[in-house]
Amino acid sequence: MATIMSFRTCPTTGLRVERSAERLIKANAVIAVVFLAIGGLFGLLVALTRWPAVHFLPADWFYLALTAHGIDVLLVWIIFFEMAVLYFASAVLLNSRIALPWLAWTGFGLMLVGAITVNVAVLQGQSTVMFTSYVPMMASQSFYLGIILFAVGALCGCVVFFGTLVVARRERTYQGSIPLVTFGALTAAIIAVFTIASGAIILVPTWLWSLGIVNHIDPIVYKTIWWGMGHSSQQINVSAHVAVWYAIAAMVFGAKPISEKVSRMAFLMYILFLQLASAHHMLVEPGFSAEWKIFNTSYAMYLAVLGSMVHGMTVPGSIEAAQRRRGYTKGFFEWLRKAPWGNPAFSGMFMSLVFFGFIGGISGVVMGTEQINLIMHNTLYVPGHFHGTVVAGTTLAFMAITYLLVPLIFRRELRMKKLAQWQPYVFGIGVAGISLFMMGAGTLGVSRRHWDMTFADAQLPFDYPAAAFMMMGLNGLFAVLAAVGGVMFIVVVVGSVFFGRKLADDEKPAYPPAPPTATVAQYGSEPEMRIPGTTLLVGVFFIAFVLYYFVNWKYLSEVWPLS
Amino acid sequence: MAASKNNEGDGNAADPQGDEPIPIMQQLLDNPFLLLALGIAVPTIFYIVWGIIEITQIPIAE
Amino acid sequence: MAITPPEQRIWWKERIARVELYWIVIAFLWGLTMFFMMIYWHGAGEQNLSSEAYRIKPQQFSQKTQEMIDAYTVRQEGMYPVVHPPPGSDVYLIARLWQWWPILELEKDQSYRLHLSSMDWQHGFSLQPVNINVQVHPDYEMVITIKPDQAGEFGVVCNEFCGIGHHTMVGKLYVVERSQGD
Repeated sequence: MATIMSFRTCPTTGLRVERSAERLIKANAVIAVVFLAIGGLFGLLVALTRWPAVHFLPADWFYLALTAHGIDVLLVWIIFFEMAVLYFASAVLLNSRIALPWLAWTGFGLMLVGAITVNVAVLQGQSTVMFTSYVPMMASQSFYLGIILFAVGALCGCVVFFGTLVVARRERTYQGSIPLVTFGALTAAIIAVFTIASGAIILVPTWLWSLGIVNHIDPIVYKTIWWGMGHSSQQINVSAHVAVWYAIAAMVFGAKPISEKVSRMAFLMYILFLQLASAHHMLVEPGFSAEWKIFNTSYAMYLAVLGSMVHGMTVPGSIEAAQRRRGYTKGFFEWLRKAPWGNPAFSGMFMSLVFFGFIGGISGVVMGTEQINLIMHNTLYVPGHFHGTVVAGTTLAFMAITYLLVPLIFRRELRMKKLAQWQPYVFGIGVAGISLFMMGAGTLGVSRRHWDMTFADAQLPFDYPAAAFMMMGLNGLFAVLAAVGGVMFIVVVVGSVFFGRKLADDEKPAYPPAPPTATVAQYGSEPEMRIPGTTLLVGVFFIAFVLYYFVNWKYLSEVWPLS
Repeated sequence: MAASKNNEGDGNAADPQGDEPIPIMQQLLDNPFLLLALGIAVPTIFYIVWGIIEITQIPIAE
Repeated sequence: MAITPPEQRIWWKERIARVELYWIVIAFLWGLTMFFMMIYWHGAGEQNLSSEAYRIKPQQFSQKTQEMIDAYTVRQEGMYPVVHPPPGSDVYLIARLWQWWPILELEKDQSYRLHLSSMDWQHGFSLQPVNINVQVHPDYEMVITIKPDQAGEFGVVCNEFCGIGHHTMVGKLYVVERSQGD
């Protein structure tokens, strides 16, 4: 693998791309998509089972499928893709060779072996413990071992990323500061190191416990540190997909961040405080003081939320500014109406932005409020929220950038363009539906991770309201829609990567349409910069946020007094 | 994009503040390893260490 | 562009656009509002989870529960004792594979110190349709003071996955109008 370095020059961007980095990006992205397909299939089975009228799987298979779904999509798909993003944002964007390619391949191998080990462990049926594997419920030892191997592999990838930053700086392959997208990837990598360290601290002893070497793991300590991994791994996603938003805005529109300073400070808020939100999972546990809960659950006075709200303005704002420069200046929204809605990279990215903000973001902050968590903890509201962040946000953003990576990195022409054009809409609307209806069912009290909401076999009867059943039916319908969108994505990507026409070395891909060559430079900090459309959108977002926040305090005030 | 890449050097040369020292905050944001140290230290101290201390202080029932 | 290094060597001194600055200030103030709202609710709100908790062995918790059952059982429902402890007292609820034990009968508008613990794995106490959700751990006992403000029959659903019988784990809790005898 560590052969003579060879570079090619990308005809679209002018960037030098090292073959070795390119191969790593391809390998990680392909395996990521394979696990998206597997994990997505398990997800569809779960949704069909929770659809009361269908109730597809028997109980044991349902819990097994749910365990596999969580691991394959929350961990394997996303971390593999993030490795591709890290290598892209370091080696490619910095014009550099990749550091330690052998370590990157070792990491890739460990991740793959780990992912297969976990999947086999789960499918054997002895590790139906959910993604969270709370002790003292015990999985087979290979389940923990697989996750540990996967995590060590991911850590290798982070080391390669940091190493590449060092190499690029030392070899002066760029001047000044790293690009904003690389800075976002750096944020993701930093959070990943914390995530993996937390995972190792708790899963290594738990693995030894499953082997009979350690005899006790404290359940609350386990849960605290496990969520240092479990929640922070989703913060890697947030950082990575925000970086992807900026990347797509740049690649499709030639957009420049409104302000480098502000966007980087917003990422700094992520680096410092985003991981504290692991406490969202510990708000109704015994023993923690209100001080610990309030400080951590609020990401230190919501400074990380401030970061997200800033990105929520700067990303669409930079697009609006770029479009206005190009002459789309009429009214509030000509820039948005005349945006390339037929380009799946843009439509996917924009829906990711809107859904992440309105659905995933707002619900996450509300649910993470110390007292409000009481009326939502472990209900379907929780998966409703994180399908809004991780699926409608991260997965949709990653799908969107894949449409750019296929021609740029895989050097293949995109096939089935009509299918590609519709894919983000089908998937996005499906996932938005899943999120909203699960949140609705959760508000009505329906439990997550539960096979039978009719309680047919229970010793004592209980009935959820009829509306909850309707919500779960609609959830099933939208899950089918999302699954169709997922299949469309895989068909287009697999079809293009393996059967698409090879692009000649100096050929610019015709589709998706390349960005306008005249880049929009230097308007960044001009005093007359106007982004009224974005300002209006942000205003609507803010009003929705405030109203929804206080409505939930009202709901809380109606439950039994407790102290 | 290629164009802006090439402009990079020119931009710097034309920069009237060519010799001005880099502000301290920009130096921080340009230092990945310092950021890494901070990004690990903050959640380790406030979430993990503080949290574990609270758990260990839970009294034993009579 | 975001995929190329910043154009200026020193970008820290860029002027921040006014609209961006306003938004940062608004978002920051909103964050402070949400932060202080949680603190405010500890004083002014009625729904705050206590941090009272103890380490306890399952046998010990089971014994305390049994003492309550022996003293205050008022009737039997199938295999379940229905326990009506006096208002203001300590009441115990066991979570175990796959039962909430026993059935508690509380009086409306009276306070009780509810003790929760698990005999085996983690469980989730989900009081429905009120929608109060609390995690229940083995080896730990959590104490919350609750004051039911509506009479009726309530379900206690387990909302933390606890094995293959998880979905059969449903308990019951009654809230009755205050008895005349008192």
